[in-house]
Amino acid sequence: MDAPHLPDRFRSWFASRGWTPRAHQLQLIDHLSQGHSTLLIAPTGAGKTLAGFLPSLVELERRGTRKPGAAGGGIHTLYISPLKALAVDIARNLEAPVADMDLPVRLETRTGDTPSHKRQRQKLNPPDILLTTPEQIALLLSDPVSARLFASLKTVILDELHALVTSKRGDLLALGLARLRRLAPGLRTVGLSATVAEPDDLRAYLVEQPDTEARALSHLVQVTGGARPDISILDSEERLPWSGHSSRYAIRDIYGLIKQHNVSLLFVNTRSQAEMVFQELWRINDDTLPIALHHGSLDVGQRRRVEAAMAAGSLRAVVATSSLDMGIDWGDIDLVINIGAPKGASRLAQRIGRANHRMDEPSRAVLVPANRFEVLECQAALSASRRGEQDTPPLRKGALDVLAQHLLGLACADPLDALATFGEIRSSQTYRHLDWETFEKVLDFVATGGYALKTYEQYAKLRKGKDGLWRIAHPKIAQQYRLNVGTIVEAPMLKVRLVKSRADGRRAPVGRGGRMLGEIEEYFIEQLAPGDTFLFGGEVLRFEAIRENEAYVSRAKTDNPMIPSYMGGKFPLSTYLAASVRAMLSDPESWKDLPAQVRDWLEIQKDKSVLPQQDGLLVETFPRASKHYMVCYPFEGRLAHQTLGMLVTRRLERMGAQPMGFVANDYALAVWGLRDLSALFSSGRISLEELFEQDILGDDLDAWLAESSLMKRTFRNCAVIAGLIERRHPGQEKTGRQVTVSSDLIYDVLRAHEPDHILLRATWNDASEGLLDISRLGELLARIRGRITHTGLPHVSPLAVPILLEIGKEPVYGEAMDRILEEAAEELVLEALE
Amino acid sequence: MSALTSHLRNYTAAPVCHDIPINGQLVGLHDSGVLWWPDENTLVVADLHLEKASSYARRGVMLPPYDTGATLEKLAGVMDAFDPARVICLGDSFHDAEGSDRLPAPYRAMLTTLQLGREWIWVTGNHDPVAPVRLCGETVDEISFGPLTFRHEPIEKIGSEETEGEICGHLHPAARVRRFGRSIRRSCFATDGTRLVLPAFGALTGGLNVTDAAYSMIFRRRQFSVFLLGNDRLFPFTASRLVGD
Repeated sequence: MDAPHLPDRFRSWFASRGWTPRAHQLQLIDHLSQGHSTLLIAPTGAGKTLAGFLPSLVELERRGTRKPGAAGGGIHTLYISPLKALAVDIARNLEAPVADMDLPVRLETRTGDTPSHKRQRQKLNPPDILLTTPEQIALLLSDPVSARLFASLKTVILDELHALVTSKRGDLLALGLARLRRLAPGLRTVGLSATVAEPDDLRAYLVEQPDTEARALSHLVQVTGGARPDISILDSEERLPWSGHSSRYAIRDIYGLIKQHNVSLLFVNTRSQAEMVFQELWRINDDTLPIALHHGSLDVGQRRRVEAAMAAGSLRAVVATSSLDMGIDWGDIDLVINIGAPKGASRLAQRIGRANHRMDEPSRAVLVPANRFEVLECQAALSASRRGEQDTPPLRKGALDVLAQHLLGLACADPLDALATFGEIRSSQTYRHLDWETFEKVLDFVATGGYALKTYEQYAKLRKGKDGLWRIAHPKIAQQYRLNVGTIVEAPMLKVRLVKSRADGRRAPVGRGGRMLGEIEEYFIEQLAPGDTFLFGGEVLRFEAIRENEAYVSRAKTDNPMIPSYMGGKFPLSTYLAASVRAMLSDPESWKDLPAQVRDWLEIQKDKSVLPQQDGLLVETFPRASKHYMVCYPFEGRLAHQTLGMLVTRRLERMGAQPMGFVANDYALAVWGLRDLSALFSSGRISLEELFEQDILGDDLDAWLAESSLMKRTFRNCAVIAGLIERRHPGQEKTGRQVTVSSDLIYDVLRAHEPDHILLRATWNDASEGLLDISRLGELLARIRGRITHTGLPHVSPLAVPILLEIGKEPVYGEAMDRILEEAAEELVLEALE
Repeated sequence: MSALTSHLRNYTAAPVCHDIPINGQLVGLHDSGVLWWPDENTLVVADLHLEKASSYARRGVMLPPYDTGATLEKLAGVMDAFDPARVICLGDSFHDAEGSDRLPAPYRAMLTTLQLGREWIWVTGNHDPVAPVRLCGETVDEISFGPLTFRHEPIEKIGSEETEGEICGHLHPAARVRRFGRSIRRSCFATDGTRLVLPAFGALTGGLNVTDAAYSMIFRRRQFSVFLLGNDRLFPFTASRLVGD
């Protein structure tokens, strides 16, 4: 293709490096020069980032050097990345061509780490290209200088767009974009994305939406091809485990693969899996290969060292969680090993993409299922990859807590006109379904808390002036806003500090001043008693004590931590893979690709019980060791199953079946109790249709939510984002623990007195998509209506074995808190009588 | 008023208390978090923190303005059940010194109704060091009846005569119990038999774990008991069985 829009300086630069501009890079210049926003979908290694910047660089080259203080001296191009490290990395990579071509372009980064004097200077004397994050955009937009700063903005580049839009950060950015479009009419956007299921969602995200049903879309440039990845499922001689997530059985095979390759990247789903795999590999690392560990809660210094070693090519393998899913160039990785199930076809594709940065060579990847069900899931992901199918989640509906934060930010910058702002917000795809009534409620929430009991008018944060515009009541409000900006609410973390053990000298106080190992979630530490051992940073640690916001630990003299991995898959199984697994199970013809062990397992299931049908629900009941079990196989992911388990046990209780507890995993749900469930179901005393009736999502759900700690955690996040509770900052005396307590109390009071408050609505929306996965549960209940098959069995079925094995490993639900206290207290009474 | 009626329903039967001796006096601990002293027909309640939400709202933190109502409704239920002749509020009854002045009229009326025909004693606290305005009752810094002394903050001494029979609040005791891999945290009473700390009664009041250093100033290490508040009973534990936060 000819390159009509590429100036000579660029042509010779490409030539000097022995490159030719790629077709998609030229197309992008073409679209942008005509004023069209464009989505570029391309695999890793296609020169995506350069393609995004080229149109701006070309324009800036034509503009020439800007005289200091000349008119129109604002930012020309904004580059927004989900990771600040990525923004810094990209800036570094971009400096080379800018210098080589001697372009009259000033580019700078702005992240949370940028010193304040530099940020101030950037406002007075902005660079041509600013590389930054969604939070910084929000901060800039809350500043009164924003109108001037962005008046001459021409282009916004959104990197890793597929990752950005799936979270509340994407909502925040969508709102920011809407404001930027208003400040800089004619603004063009460039979205850079990996392959997704619905490109049109992203195309709509990039452009202003009309006030009609029709959806406006950006232009699309799609780079197909790239060599097909070479993916296989590990064919191990070892016995495939029935359950668990450890993949310990395959550790020698994994080690063998590492030895055969130059550099391997091992992806796992959770931090505890990473710890376990890392430890197991070193246990058998007879050749002392340089194998490293990388996950989000390790100390930053430690992570940077691993990254540097990786870039320098001095490592043979890195065990990593999704902290490495994205972005930064990792040098020459020639093998990706995905341990555990991939949970989603697109997630797998993106991880595999890390393996090879040259488009024309195939990435090589090996999948290591941790148990038998995961074999099915890996097989489904493999087929999806061969067909090039994707299962990225659909575009979110914008969250109301994020909207609340944004409205306050806008009012900090300029007096806010409610009607105009409402129109502006609805022009973004993410918020186009927002109705005026809800908008008003959110605005009212920002101003005075939005309570039906109007008692806070005198303390209002926003006041409506005689001109009808809303202004912040006090400059202090803007300061508060700045401290609260952003949508990432970290789980309260404790620092992990190494101290000397007090196991030997019992009375000695725990020593101070040891090395910091990293951070760990508070809720995990809460489960531990002093003396418990667990894996962290690749070693077995003994928990000693909590001091302020630090967990004191010592080195344990054991190889076997007492606290096993406490979580299964962190990501729920995608709907798409779940459907594929169900289809595979119900069709014995498709089993030929499966390992013999798995095939045999399914054959026996077919003989002894029945196979789950693709769109139905199989319910098995059987007695075992003086208890009666009910196991069903919805394949809708752990979160939806947990919610279902909670609701079904409540309902069984009311129906008189006396359930005692349940356990859920990604594939199945098991409930047990003392009464003969087979008899209750087959005699019709309890109707399964009634048990799984859709109305279970009504009152039962409501009653349970009142108590649910998941709901309270969700509420806390919404309350922080919406600005009801102040965010915790380092050095502040308020610890996360105290925030948790008070937000729980606020939740209780609010729920009792104003159950339809806007913040409870935001919480409900979050929970139904997130931790409780109610939307997916609703789809399940609709799908299985009239399609429930019950089989009463004399004993446990082959399919039920994995879930029964998880009893005791996974937390068991369904026991009332008071009941637990009662048992603990009575034990004490017995102790006292001895 | 549904919360009120449910409380009424719960408490119409003679309230069941957990009776323990403090400094030789038999007193009853109730799962609502109040202390009942039958010999003196006296009800004791600590740390109501009325108007806490509006106190925050003044600083731009718009907590739900329902805490005072919720706390008073719960108190009304308890009063109805015990029908005390004397009520002692153990300090921090209002979240700040202007709290009683801000008290909205309906709640003021509600509180006044509760006070009718009763001896009412406001013990001052660090949050409310002054007498409440436009409300009945006697305001004291501390007060003794027989062998028991009622003050807001415990005296930070152990084994001293001054602290014998001390009934106080201030610390908002809470305790955590671990069981079956889960941990449960609840407000609680804390006592070593000579003195007693009441849980905070207010709707928006959090708790401070009894393993915190603050308690080591008033109880000998691990030599005290707690009574966790359950839905309709108390759960006793010795301090050695508790875990920190």
